[in-house]
Amino acid sequence: MSTSSLLGGNVIRSEDLQAQFVEEIVKAGGEKIRLCFQCGTCTGSCPSGRRTAFKTRQLIAKSLLGLREEVLHDKNLWTCTSCYTCTERCPRGIDVTNLIFIIRNIAVGSGLILEGHKVALGYLIKTGHLVPITDSYMKLRGELGLEEVPPTTSKHGEGLKEFQQLVSKLQFDRLAAGRGG
Amino acid sequence: MSDYALFLGCVIPNRYPGIEVAMRRIAPSLGMTLYEMDGASCCPAPGVTRSFDSQTWLTLAARNICIAEALGKNVLTMCNGCYASLKEANAILKNDPAKRGAVNKFLGEVGKSFRGSIEVKHIVEVLYNEVGLEKVKSIAKRPLKLKAAVHYGCHILKPSELREWKSHERPIFLDELVAALGLESVEYQDKMLCCGAGGGVRSGVPEVGLDMTKEKLTHITRTGADVIVNCCPLCHLQFDRGQVEIKQNLGETFRIPVLHYLQLLGISAGLTIDEVGAKAHNISLETLAGRI
Repeated sequence: MSTSSLLGGNVIRSEDLQAQFVEEIVKAGGEKIRLCFQCGTCTGSCPSGRRTAFKTRQLIAKSLLGLREEVLHDKNLWTCTSCYTCTERCPRGIDVTNLIFIIRNIAVGSGLILEGHKVALGYLIKTGHLVPITDSYMKLRGELGLEEVPPTTSKHGEGLKEFQQLVSKLQFDRLAAGRGG
Repeated sequence: MSDYALFLGCVIPNRYPGIEVAMRRIAPSLGMTLYEMDGASCCPAPGVTRSFDSQTWLTLAARNICIAEALGKNVLTMCNGCYASLKEANAILKNDPAKRGAVNKFLGEVGKSFRGSIEVKHIVEVLYNEVGLEKVKSIAKRPLKLKAAVHYGCHILKPSELREWKSHERPIFLDELVAALGLESVEYQDKMLCCGAGGGVRSGVPEVGLDMTKEKLTHITRTGADVIVNCCPLCHLQFDRGQVEIKQNLGETFRIPVLHYLQLLGISAGLTIDEVGAKAHNISLETLAGRI
């Protein structure tokens, strides 16, 4: 019996490994990833892992191995709700949730962003709000005795201009459109 | 300090304005004066911004904090997500000179600078730690004989490093605030489970979030609770609108009203369900109206 059949064909080939991936993560503030000893407390605590193929321990193992493309292209990366249970319970003191954020940042920097997120970020950049005001809610606000337009970037054009200037300086509009960093 | 810069965020002013009404109407009886953060934006959201670019998240959060710094007031949030973003950004920028320098370079472009002169607080934290349960009880004009399923939401509790609650796995502060208004807080399975909306899941992979919401609603329904009480408008939206979405997409029917703690406090202090924005709710609050 060959080794590949023992492994069910899932052989990791050295040419698929990009050892510098972990350096990218470390450079972005995820140095504690190296402390992981694969106990699986994160996976066992994860409410998304209960119902999807998202396995936090596996994400860390793949990242340490250098399976960069596989990690960044896996849609399950986006099922973390940032509940922080893994961070709280990690016996090695790794801020696992922040590690997931760092890996997501690298994915977005590579132009990998979900359609639903592009739409939400479109609202954010246009209005300063992920959930913008609409006519019917302005009317309801008025009925409730509130200012129809809330005193946020919705009402203050100067504030919105500042916000958009920063978005542009940060080149966040490029990232949000899926054009990478 | 009873003066606060009120941070509205997105979901409260733009989807559930009754929560804002309750906050503004109750503030005087709590001895609180609220100041407007003119031109503030989205916090921006921890999931749907920090996940994409941490530098953008930190810089835009700092811009909001600068607005409160100019007022010389601590920030008051009514949302766990806004609390998470602004509190954590504030801590990072106060403690990390390199990150503060980088952010201030961007902020300089719009004539602002982060100084690190204020704190960020959540209304529930203020009610529990500063106003106190006795004072909360004293403004409650009518005891509400309802069974409540209390949902904390993740970001009021965690990461615990930056928060001072006695326990993040078995907290009691919101249950105590609910009980102070005469309600019974029921125990239920997996009470500390996430609502399913955070981390960009609601906008990115909504089917995963709704499956989590359904699990939570199933446990809550078994207890016979009359209402879900939360302290975060995104959890609030996920439970309220989520019940409609679950019916449409998963074919299961739940009908349990959802209230933010501020709405509950407002009703308890004498506001009507219409005054706390019943019209914005997908799951009717009428079943509650007959019982208060």
